[in-house]
Amino acid sequence: MNVQFYQRILAFTNARLWRLTHVDVLLLLALLILMSGGLFILYSASGQNVAMVERQVLRLGIGMVVCLALAQLPPKYMRRASPFLFVFLVGLLVCVLLFGVGAKGAQRWLALPGGLRFQPSEIMKIVMPMMVAWYFANRQLPPSLKEIITVLVIIAVPSLMVAKQPDLGTALLVGVSGIFALFLAGIGWLYILGAAAVAPIAGYSLWHVMHDYQKQRVLTFLNPESDPLGSGWNIIQSKTAIGSGGLHGKGFLEGTQAQLNFLPESHTDFIIAVLAEEFGMVGCALLMCAYLLVIARGLFIAAYAEDNYARLLAGSITLTFFVYMFVNIGMVSGILPVVGVPLPLVSYGGTSIITIMATFGILMSIQTHKRAR
Amino acid sequence: MGKHHQVFRNHRQEHALTKSRVVVAAIFVLMMVGVLMGRLFYLQVVEHELYQTKANDNRLMLITEPPPRGLIFDRNGVVLADNRPIHSLTVIPERALSLPELKKALSESVDITDEEWADYESRLQDYRRPYQSITLKSQLSDEEWSKVSVDLYRLDGVQVEAQLTRYYPYGEAFAHAVGYVGRITTKDLERVDRSAYQGALFIGKTGVEEYYESTLFGHPGISKVEVNARGRIMSEIERQNPVPGKDLHLYMDARLQQYAYDLLGSYKGSVVAIDPNNGGVLAMVSKPGFDPNSFVRGISVSKYAELREDKRLPLFNRALRGGYPPASTIKPFMGLAGLEYGFSSWTETYYARGYYQINPNGRRYRDWKRSGHGWIDLERSIIESVDTYYYQLAHKMGITPIHTFLSKLGFGQTSILDLNGASAGLLPSNEWKKARYKEPWYPGDSVNVGIGQGFMVATPIQIATATAAMAARGHMYYPRMVSQIANEPATFEGNDGVEHEIKLKDQRNWERMVKAMEKVITDSRGTGRRLQGTDYKIAGKTGTGQVFSLQEDEEYDADNLDKRLHDHALFIGFAPADNPKIAVFAIFENGGSSAKPADLTKALFDAYLYDKYPKEYDYFKESSR
Repeated sequence: MNVQFYQRILAFTNARLWRLTHVDVLLLLALLILMSGGLFILYSASGQNVAMVERQVLRLGIGMVVCLALAQLPPKYMRRASPFLFVFLVGLLVCVLLFGVGAKGAQRWLALPGGLRFQPSEIMKIVMPMMVAWYFANRQLPPSLKEIITVLVIIAVPSLMVAKQPDLGTALLVGVSGIFALFLAGIGWLYILGAAAVAPIAGYSLWHVMHDYQKQRVLTFLNPESDPLGSGWNIIQSKTAIGSGGLHGKGFLEGTQAQLNFLPESHTDFIIAVLAEEFGMVGCALLMCAYLLVIARGLFIAAYAEDNYARLLAGSITLTFFVYMFVNIGMVSGILPVVGVPLPLVSYGGTSIITIMATFGILMSIQTHKRAR
Repeated sequence: MGKHHQVFRNHRQEHALTKSRVVVAAIFVLMMVGVLMGRLFYLQVVEHELYQTKANDNRLMLITEPPPRGLIFDRNGVVLADNRPIHSLTVIPERALSLPELKKALSESVDITDEEWADYESRLQDYRRPYQSITLKSQLSDEEWSKVSVDLYRLDGVQVEAQLTRYYPYGEAFAHAVGYVGRITTKDLERVDRSAYQGALFIGKTGVEEYYESTLFGHPGISKVEVNARGRIMSEIERQNPVPGKDLHLYMDARLQQYAYDLLGSYKGSVVAIDPNNGGVLAMVSKPGFDPNSFVRGISVSKYAELREDKRLPLFNRALRGGYPPASTIKPFMGLAGLEYGFSSWTETYYARGYYQINPNGRRYRDWKRSGHGWIDLERSIIESVDTYYYQLAHKMGITPIHTFLSKLGFGQTSILDLNGASAGLLPSNEWKKARYKEPWYPGDSVNVGIGQGFMVATPIQIATATAAMAARGHMYYPRMVSQIANEPATFEGNDGVEHEIKLKDQRNWERMVKAMEKVITDSRGTGRRLQGTDYKIAGKTGTGQVFSLQEDEEYDADNLDKRLHDHALFIGFAPADNPKIAVFAIFENGGSSAKPADLTKALFDAYLYDKYPKEYDYFKESSR
């Protein structure tokens, strides 16, 4: 790449138009690459169901609108609203536990008038890092032990409430988004090592608050062959799909596991297995690159954000997005238990697209509202 | 922002700290992506072949289509073992109604026993591929079939499958010779290629059906299909059509077989007829028989127990496994042995008293005729069946020459080429007695063997084979069932060959012995004189086998004996004597006198040689193909 070309790119990304509209063009491009790749996989995973793909396009479009709308909101307003939003959402989570509706023994939604449903835990994924970032915004970093404990309580309360619904996947992401903010705040390495030592004990106590079907998932994860036709079926079939794809894959629409319906949930949580089967390891590596583009831009925005609040929030949002992807691919490929986390922006449906796009709106806001230097 | 400046804070340092944490996070992200890529590498490259196989196992299914089993015909093209379509009711549980609902829905059209439901439920528990059908009721009656067929449209997952099953039109008279097929058991699968029998219902269990299993079975058709996760066949990838089993043509004459069976009447017994010119078995009867079709249908436990415990032993193949004393039917062969080793001659005479003693004052071995036969020679000893002649001959010879000579005729061995399970009988010898009783061979043992009693035990097929060899003047063919496989003549390979020539020092002795056997019929004092009056010559020999031994001076009194203890009645014969076409051995267990088997033999000769069957046997002609 010659210098002239590089300069042109730079000029393009710094164009006045983008400044005015508060769009981070690099993040936007990375997201568009990822989204179009996802739609391509979905076409195969849905059994060439065009209507499904269209609905997904609509969802992504709504997500994009939410993203661009939030990008217009300066971070300082977000910061100010953070504690109020947090308290409000915790209140809603209490409501969910009390009057929530749902299916399969889990109550996750609040019924709104007009037949609408609303899932507060989804929003909590955004509000949690905002709250932690707000907490540290006016405090000296690195945090003291007292501050760390306070933040841990702030994290634990909503996380446990979501876990109680029960929704292990979301609880994990809510907790993790807070923890990342804490990490970025500069918590001492000794604390991190200590936490690593305490983790097994925490895991043990977690086991006791888990519902039977959650325990079953963990047990199945540990030994999927123990129940090959029951709960182990999903993971056995997804590993088979991935493994049989090999290096180059079986070709678009040629994956027998996906096309003959051996792979369950192939268009939702297990969609990566379709990609792995039809495009092999090469296809997976390309998808991973698309994710890394988004994540790299997100971390860049975090590193060069204006203040602590923005840095912590941007970094936490980006890392949570990564955890989304990591947990999904990890569970589908059998190194993590099946916790029901979709592949972000690629899996079909779900409110997650909207919330994820909202977080990217926050990132764009952070990047584009910096005072010029 | 005003609040910020009230606290003393190093913003630059804090920025550096959070920035460094972002860098750490970036490194963490890359490491974790590395973990994921490593995992994918492991699954997609290292373990690729394993998962490739698994994926193929998922999507590919081999469907075996059992080949139609070869038919079994008699020598005239009468079908002895046929294939008939049956219909079974099968269920794909994943598609069908729940069990109680299914029971209710089916109860209107088919009668399904609790036993069948229990069987179905237990097979439901077994490991099976999803969407594979389970047989609920096999062999629907025509009425049930038509009723269910009408209802099928509203019974999802229930289907009627057509299959070929074995049918034996003539039933029990042929049960032992033709044998039967039955449901395949795990034990059966040990001796065959399992994959070939996938989807097959039956396997030959006894008789010709068992021995020729691989010929009759053929090769199954295989189609490799791609199925989806619901078990629906999406496409056929590869197909190999089944190769039908080959038809067998037996030497057996179905009419003769049935006739012989019927002629045994209410007696237990056995009849074996052999063509002396090739060893082909024309008839092989063991009575009582049983209905082989009940084994095809799947016999109930109680019915099977009934058959097994029947004192008349219907399941026992007397022709191959029944051990009888050959009694006087051994005499022509014993006579030849004496000639061969120089212990007797045609000219030498012997004074036959009513008994024989090894030592004066010793045990008296009694002749059947208390008064004795007077001066006789070898020929007359055959005609009148003189026991004392053979007592002394056997005594002189001792067991070794007897053993050597009778071995050549197939005694003490299994010589039938294409049936399993034949018994070797017992042709005693010095060594045998030492091994068995730890005792030497006593001269008295030889004396008993001389008249085919004592230790000697032979099976009907053995005696018939020896008779056929006599008819063929020493050309011994090992007996065989099958003459043609498909349209090719059957070929045999035996360890000791499939035929041999018994060479005598003087080959003319065969002819002379046959003449003596003719005179058994033609002579006015011949024991078989009741068979006189035929247009063709019969050579024969009677025999009565003792079921229990009489005390020295006890008189055999049939009227006062339990029928179970009556003597066995035996007869060997062949005809026409100068150009034999059929040799017969017949035994009526506890038949008393040899008149019964002699009459039976003559009836078979008339039937086989001159087609003189009672009218009711005509249906065999009509059913030939």
